[in-house]
Order: sequence, then structure tokens, then C-alpha cells
Amino acid sequence: MARMKFLCDAERCIECNSCVTACKNEHEVPWGINRRRVVTLNDGKPGERSLSVACMHCSDAPCMAVCPVDCFYQTADGIVLHDKDLCIGCGYCFFACPFGAPQFPQAGNFGSRGKMDKCTFCAGGPEDDHSAEEFKKYGRNRIAEGKLPICAEMCSTKALLAGDGNIVSNIYRERVVGRGFGSGAWGWSRAYTSDGLN
Amino acid sequence: MDLQKLIAAMFLFALMVMPLAPLQAQSVRPPANAVNQGINEQIGDEQIGTSNTLGTNSRSDYWRDLRQGRDGLATSGQTGSKLIQAQGEQWRNIRKLYIIKYSGWVLATVIVMIALFYLIRGRILLKAGRSGKTITRFSLPHRTAHWFMASIFILLSISGLILLLGRTVLVPVIGKSTYSIFASAAMQGHNLFGPLFIVALVWLIFMFIRGNFFKMVDLKWILKGGGLLGPHASAGHYNFGEKGWFWLVVVAGLIMAISGMILEFPWLAENLQLLQISIIVHAIGAIALISAALGHIYIGTLGMEGALDSMTTGDVDVVWAKEHHDLWYEEVTGQKVANPEAEGDQSAPDRAQVSVQSQITET
Ligand code: SF4
Ligand code: SF4
Repeated sequence: MARMKFLCDAERCIECNSCVTACKNEHEVPWGINRRRVVTLNDGKPGERSLSVACMHCSDAPCMAVCPVDCFYQTADGIVLHDKDLCIGCGYCFFACPFGAPQFPQAGNFGSRGKMDKCTFCAGGPEDDHSAEEFKKYGRNRIAEGKLPICAEMCSTKALLAGDGNIVSNIYRERVVGRGFGSGAWGWSRAYTSDGLN
Repeated sequence: MDLQKLIAAMFLFALMVMPLAPLQAQSVRPPANAVNQGINEQIGDEQIGTSNTLGTNSRSDYWRDLRQGRDGLATSGQTGSKLIQAQGEQWRNIRKLYIIKYSGWVLATVIVMIALFYLIRGRILLKAGRSGKTITRFSLPHRTAHWFMASIFILLSISGLILLLGRTVLVPVIGKSTYSIFASAAMQGHNLFGPLFIVALVWLIFMFIRGNFFKMVDLKWILKGGGLLGPHASAGHYNFGEKGWFWLVVVAGLIMAISGMILEFPWLAENLQLLQISIIVHAIGAIALISAALGHIYIGTLGMEGALDSMTTGDVDVVWAKEHHDLWYEEVTGQKVANPEAEGDQSAPDRAQVSVQSQITET
């Protein structure tokens, strides 16, 4: 089985936010929630870089560890998914996540955040594949259709890569060799430590 | 593979040669000497300052900064500009490895200790038996404040413990789906009734602070082990144990109120680390309070005959008052208490003159 991973190449990301938009559109993500975000460093200065970030589908996922109702599960591909029927909206996953991935529909006084929503690697949720409930709660299940995440597919500069971790890291390695420098696969050491790949 | 290595070698060579001939390199980036000094200072990347027209190569320090939580500018998303929130992992470990684990053990130990105490010491009975005559210990406003706090405390304790220990203790028994319903109710209830705890706390402090300041008699009480070790320990309206409990409620209660409010209105904090610390502090305070409350509940009900009356009817048997709060009894009734165990006790010389008659005086 492939180990699915995201990789964003900071030397290529042009901060166009297409990944964010494509994701919102594909999954009909509710108003106020972005499953993916683009962060720019040194904005407007020399050396400006941008990175597109969403759930990295960590190996030893902190969100999974802290969820009080244990609603997360990891697929054989390493994709971290959650069950919105179990989620109580406590926000603990957000406290633990290194990448700020979990999102909540309400700003929340009295702890009312609503059910957590996050990137599914376009793999839906625990409901039947392609069912109406699955789409409503988690968005489209492209993985079940044999497709890869829409954000990476849409990326015009191919800065954002998604798919089998080995293939993704090979592509990146070739790039690094090709251009003579690279910053390392951003976030991988934190997300995929126990995989031994970086 | 060989071709790749060749390309790599060529690039490495080019990289080494490039600084020697900066003007020959074709690049759309600004010349190296134009602004690089500024970046160098800003992000602490030694490599950038060199006349390398490829712009940036090794940015190791830069990425290390990011890993440790340096901020960027977010153009999308609700979770802001932080790329990696390094404390999340720490919070996870503290919560999983210490808080959840030890809070369970602490509570279990407290329950076992109370059970052992009951088995060894047994119920503390009234030595002289009930007299049927009573004196008032707590007025209705006192009792109302107490039970208001007690109800909220029990509600918050149970809902809080469900959230803290449910995954470990309840999920294996009732399953995730059922537990999720309990957990959701617990969280909503906890958040909804939480603010009432502050009302209850302020009211409780206001009603009970009188008489709860420590005095010399408390030191004597401690030296005598609260009367559990044999000789009677004199006490006023409140003994040292009750005063300690009161001040624990005050201090821990205020800590719970502050950390609870931060968690209740997370957008006020706008600081993830503050929220993470608040959850940890809130859990530790809760375990301390619940442990002490278990002891308080035991001694107020099963553990001591006659004690519960003070919080139900508010009137305690005079025998109870004499045996447990002799100084208070003397103060209220103006009559001395004859206490055989206390006779000859140098710390209470006035006891020597206590007459046997005073014991049978009606109140
Ligand atoms: S990135 Fe965050 S939400 Fe995604 S698996 Fe890791 S800890 Fe969980
Ligand atoms: S918000 Fe939902 S998914 Fe996240 S920790 Fe709480 S219950 Fe689990």
C-alpha cells in the first residue's frame, strides 16, 4: 500500500490560492472554513516564500491521540480521517495539531465550535463511498474514484504534490538536484517521523 | 541513475563556480549585493549574504525557525499565520502521559484510602450518643450557598471527568457511539454551568469566610492529629481540616474560574498556548478539588455521626457540638464543656475547672 503524503515546494508556490479555492469548490466546504491555507513568509520582501498547508496526515497523529471520543482513524494509505457523528467539537485536535489543520464552523462562546472539519486527502469519511451523506459531511471521495487530491492536481506550478510518499519525494529530490538547492520537504520531519522518510 | 548523478555533480560544480563569476549568471532576481544584507539580518541565514546569484540555497536556519513556530502571513484559512505549532506535541504528551494517566490514579488512590480509613477507623460515633437537644450551626443562607455550590460542583466534576477519562474508562465499556452522546452532553453541560460555578464560589466565600481564618488553636489541632490519634483536639466553629478545605476551595476555585473562563471564551485569549496551559491547569485543579471533595463528602456523611445535620436542618446535636467543636459550643452557649480526654491537657488549662453539671445544662 502506498503511504499518501503532501509536499509543498516553497521554491515553486506562487501564493495564488488555487489549491484553497479548488478544495472549497470540490468539497463544497461551508462558509468560513478553509481546509487548506497559504502562508507567505517575508511578504513583499526579498526572499519571500509561500507554502500551502493543510492536514499532513501525520504518521503518529497528535489529533488522533488527544481526541476525547477517539473519532479519528487512519486508512491503510496513511490518510487520517474522522467521524463527524462522533465528534463533539471540543477543539482538542486543534490544540494538538502542529499544522493548524482542524477547522470549526463556529467561533464559539460556551465552547460551541460545531463539528470539526479538516482536509480528508479527498478521501471522504466513514460513510459509504460516494454516498450523499459522505459528500455532505466530508466532501467528495476522489481517492475512491482513483484520483488524487484536487488541490495538487490544480496546482499550476506543481508546487503542491500529493500522492504516494515515495513518488512525491522522488519528484522533489529530482527538483532539488535539478536546481541545485532545496529546503528539505517542508513539514515532513514533524508529520512523518515514524516513517523514516525525509 | 548515473545520468542523475552526473547532473547533480554538474550543478554542484556550477554552484561552486557561480560565486566566482556573479556577473555572468543570468537571473531575474535582484543582484546579490543589492538587498541581501537586510535578509541576512532578518532571517538569520548565513548563506544568503554571500554573492550567490541563485538567490537562496541552503536556508536551514530559516526552516528551523519555522519548525519552532515562526510566524508568516496567512492569506487564507481561519487558523492564522503560524506554519508549525510546535507546542501542540508537548501539550499532547503532557495530557496523555501525565494528566490523564495520573488523574485516574490519584482519584483511585483517594477512594481506596477513604475505604481503608473507614475499615480501620470506622464511623466516628458520638461517644455520649444523641441527646435530642440541638443548637443551630448553619443558617438557611449558609446552607443554600453550600448546596448551590455542591450541586454545581458535582455536575461539573462528573461532566469534567467524563471528558477527561472517558476515552480510557468508558469507551471500552459502552462503545464510541454511546460515549460520544455522553461526552457531547458533558461538554455542553460543563460549558453552560461553568459560569455558575463562579457565582457559587463568590457566594460561598462571602458566606463562609468568617471564622475560617487560621488561629493558634489550629496549630494545637494539627499537633493532636485532629483528634484522630487519641486525645481530643479542641476546635472552634471550624476545625483546621474544615478551614483547609475552605481555603483550598477558594484558591483552587479561583484558578478553576480563571482557566475555565479562558477556555469558555477562546476567542478572548487568541493565544493557543494560553489555551493549552489553561486546559492543563484546569485538569490539575479539578483533580485536587475532587480528591479533597471526596474526603469532605465522606466525613460529612458516612464518616461521622451527626455531621450531616449541620447542612440539612442546620441544627446539630449538642453532643456533636461538644465532641467536635467544643470551643464553638462554649462560645455560643457560654457554657464550658467537660471533656474527660482533655483533662490534664496543658494546652487547655481552663478545662480543668469544667464542671460536670455543665454537660447536662439545657441549651
Ligand atoms: S496535520 Fe493535524 S489534523 Fe492532520 S493528521 Fe496531523 S495532527 Fe491530525
Ligand atoms: S473537535 Fe472533534 S475531532 Fe477534534 S478532538 Fe474534539 S471530538 Fe475529536
